Amino acid sequence: MSQPPVSTFTDALDGLGVGWRNTTTADFPAALADAIEAPAVGTALPFEGVSLDGADVTVPPTPAELREATTGVTPVFGGIAQYGSVVVESRPEGDELVALYPERHVAVLRESDLVGGVDDAIEDRRARIAAGRDSAVLATGVSATADMGATVEGVHGPREVHVIVLRDR
Amino acid sequence: MSADNESRAERIRRLLDTEGPTVKQNAQGFNEGRYAAMADVDGEKLRSEARRIKEDAIERLPELIETARESVEENGGSVYLADDAADANDYLAEVCADADSVVKSKSMTTEELDVNEGLEAAGVDVTETDLGEFVLQVADEAPSHLIAPGFHKSTDEIAELFNARFDPAEPLETPEQLTTFARDHLGDRIRSADVGMTGANFVLAESGTLALVTNEGNARKCAVTPDTHVAVAGVEKLIPSVDELGPMVELLARSATGQEISQYLSLLTPPTDSPTIDFDSTEPIGGGAEDREFHLVLVDNGRFEMRDDEGLRETLYCVRCGACSNSCANFQHVGGHAFGGETYTGGIATGWEAGVEGTDSAAEFNDLCTGCSRCVNACPVKIDIPWINTVVRDRINRGAEPDAVDSLVDGLVPDDEEPGMDLGKRAFGNVGTLAKLGSATAPVSNWLADSAPVRGLLERGLGVDARRGLPEFQRETLQKWDRKRDAAVREPHDDRAVVLFPDVFTNYVDPERGKAAVRVLEALGVPVRVAGVVGSGRAPFSQGMIATAREQAEAVDDALSPHLDAGRDAVFVEPSDLAMVRSEYEKLLPANRAETLAGGSYEVLEYVYGLLENGVDPEPLPRGDGERLTYHAHCQQRTLGLDAHTEAVLGRLGYDVATTEAECCGMAGSFGYKADYYDLSVAVGESLADEVRESDGPEDRRVVASGTSCEEQLTDLLDRSATHPIELLDPER
Repeated sequence: MSQPPVSTFTDALDGLGVGWRNTTTADFPAALADAIEAPAVGTALPFEGVSLDGADVTVPPTPAELREATTGVTPVFGGIAQYGSVVVESRPEGDELVALYPERHVAVLRESDLVGGVDDAIEDRRARIAAGRDSAVLATGVSATADMGATVEGVHGPREVHVIVLRDR
Repeated sequence: MSADNESRAERIRRLLDTEGPTVKQNAQGFNEGRYAAMADVDGEKLRSEARRIKEDAIERLPELIETARESVEENGGSVYLADDAADANDYLAEVCADADSVVKSKSMTTEELDVNEGLEAAGVDVTETDLGEFVLQVADEAPSHLIAPGFHKSTDEIAELFNARFDPAEPLETPEQLTTFARDHLGDRIRSADVGMTGANFVLAESGTLALVTNEGNARKCAVTPDTHVAVAGVEKLIPSVDELGPMVELLARSATGQEISQYLSLLTPPTDSPTIDFDSTEPIGGGAEDREFHLVLVDNGRFEMRDDEGLRETLYCVRCGACSNSCANFQHVGGHAFGGETYTGGIATGWEAGVEGTDSAAEFNDLCTGCSRCVNACPVKIDIPWINTVVRDRINRGAEPDAVDSLVDGLVPDDEEPGMDLGKRAFGNVGTLAKLGSATAPVSNWLADSAPVRGLLERGLGVDARRGLPEFQRETLQKWDRKRDAAVREPHDDRAVVLFPDVFTNYVDPERGKAAVRVLEALGVPVRVAGVVGSGRAPFSQGMIATAREQAEAVDDALSPHLDAGRDAVFVEPSDLAMVRSEYEKLLPANRAETLAGGSYEVLEYVYGLLENGVDPEPLPRGDGERLTYHAHCQQRTLGLDAHTEAVLGRLGYDVATTEAECCGMAGSFGYKADYYDLSVAVGESLADEVRESDGPEDRRVVASGTSCEEQLTDLLDRSATHPIELLDPER
């Protein structure tokens, strides 16, 4: 599958009202500092050249810290350019919990993990399922409901999402 | 469920007044969203793929169940195949034996099984965490829609409910306040729950993966927060693997809410690697995944019988998107508390209720499907929902079990409907015979029919609402007129010739539109003769009288085939009769006969369009000179994609054409005549009439409609007569 332009992805994020920032591994600490609203919790980033060490982010959090956090920072393992979706994996580090409980999710994405559409993302999932990384959520925008008579954002999941794209990864 | 002492008509009236306005706003909103979202993709290709995937999966169901069992067990979970609701509930009670509390995300299958009642009886506290389901749990009401269970409730009603039940410090008022309150209340429940229960939109057999499609995030929380995850899914949710998921994902949210994709598509292969979490613990999260427990409960509860039942099998392809509800004019006005059974709502509910509850539950609401067919193109897996409704209606008429219907489908003697059948339906189904008699004895028959004693008798005996005007039969039918006239084509423009099909209404009640069709076609150089058969079988078909409809289809085949063999084209004035030939005959006639008839049949404006496109000079036809029209295409004509032809021809002849958006006029043949449904029919018609009034501007537009029913409805409601478009083209106008 061919790599889609990052602008397709960020255009989709704009459409969803999701914040984003293109950055590099060198500039990541500054991009991260701008993206988080304290208190923040996170899970370790397995991407070369970036880390949450030194940032104002608690890794790993206690359940109480998770509950009280405003921001949760996690890596994501894929993005769908067409829809602005990010792939949150159910890693043992607790990405699913950290991406879900705080009201703001900051997702760190390697540009090379971007794919074009749903079919590509599913193809990608197939490979990862075979490799034992078999649970993930394709998350598109913020959690929302229309059940109270009008669309309201921020229900059981985050009310804000911000994606940091690592252009050199 | 309805109070026994409330009649069907009263119940519909009450729902029109109470839940109707909110339901209409929400259903029409979803419906418009679906149109917009489907316009961005190759819907036909995706729907064909999705259909093929579901056909294949249901065919291979026993094998997929075994594959899923092996993969889930290998992953460390367990699989239970529950025969019926009692079996499923016993198993769930066992799994939850040590639990004090269960949190659930939305699942229609657990509604079907009455899981909440079962667990509560076992002493387990159950909380619905989907906000719509939570509202209904608090209100103790049944869902009114497949995906938006509480969409009959307005913000004010929910606020009143929450304020009365929870007595918050500050009264709740806005959607934001209600959402925040519910989130916090439910958040506490989720954090302390012992078991999280979800449904599944799809189960991928090969890997044991669940696909969960949600927007709120509650399914994510229910699946990951308690250590134990139980997923309950009908066996029909199985598909082979992740390879089959793509088209489903592309279609589901578009068809359901008009979203490109849902907020969250969870692809969980439980027990997952996510660490367990105990909100009382002070240790950092991490580890504990080995303590996770997963149970997949696959539910039969009638589905294997449905799989073996030709009439109901397609129901199992349903992905529960609710598009059939949203595209249904009747549903838009009353919602699922009228248009639904024990659990399921909307057009497809007839199949589900007949399959899992039995014919009696389907009989409660089956007549609300008028066969308008607007759901047919809406369904992402191409289920012929009106046909399921027709088959079940036939069974209800016969009071019989599926076996008896199989012999019917093999061809019982027509007119051999069961003696106990509803008299009104029988009369509407035989309207061709009644019309023939009425025409032969006109005008006396019309005077009689319109007299007070006869109207009283019609209402009491046959359920014909006295508020509806009855059709006035003409002594000179279209066929009689044709036999007496001289053909008018002097110079045939090529070798085309037409046999015009006289539907019941055109032949006996409004021969003028038939004559107009003859004159238009002949003016364009095409010789016309009128066929010697009347009616396509639409009337008995719509009443669920399949055997009688089949007999009529055979008569039409006998009458039209020699014409088609002689190279003539069959042309129809009435769209519902054309739709019968093009869409329904394949179920009534041998495939090659149905195909030949469908291939040689045209709607009259479609035919005129074709002539003009092929260079025929429209000179003999009168011009519109900018006259302002509002055109309402017939519902079945729109499903066939034939509304555009009429618009194009009228535009080309110089008319200023506005078109309506309403899915159906609400008259739907006999539906609007039935006393039980008169109020609903008028409510649906009023929505259409409002559209016409809005398009009027300072001066009323002329109203043009292709269907008999639509003409009658619009004429009744607008106090100006609607005409068939062919009459505008009539050279003798």
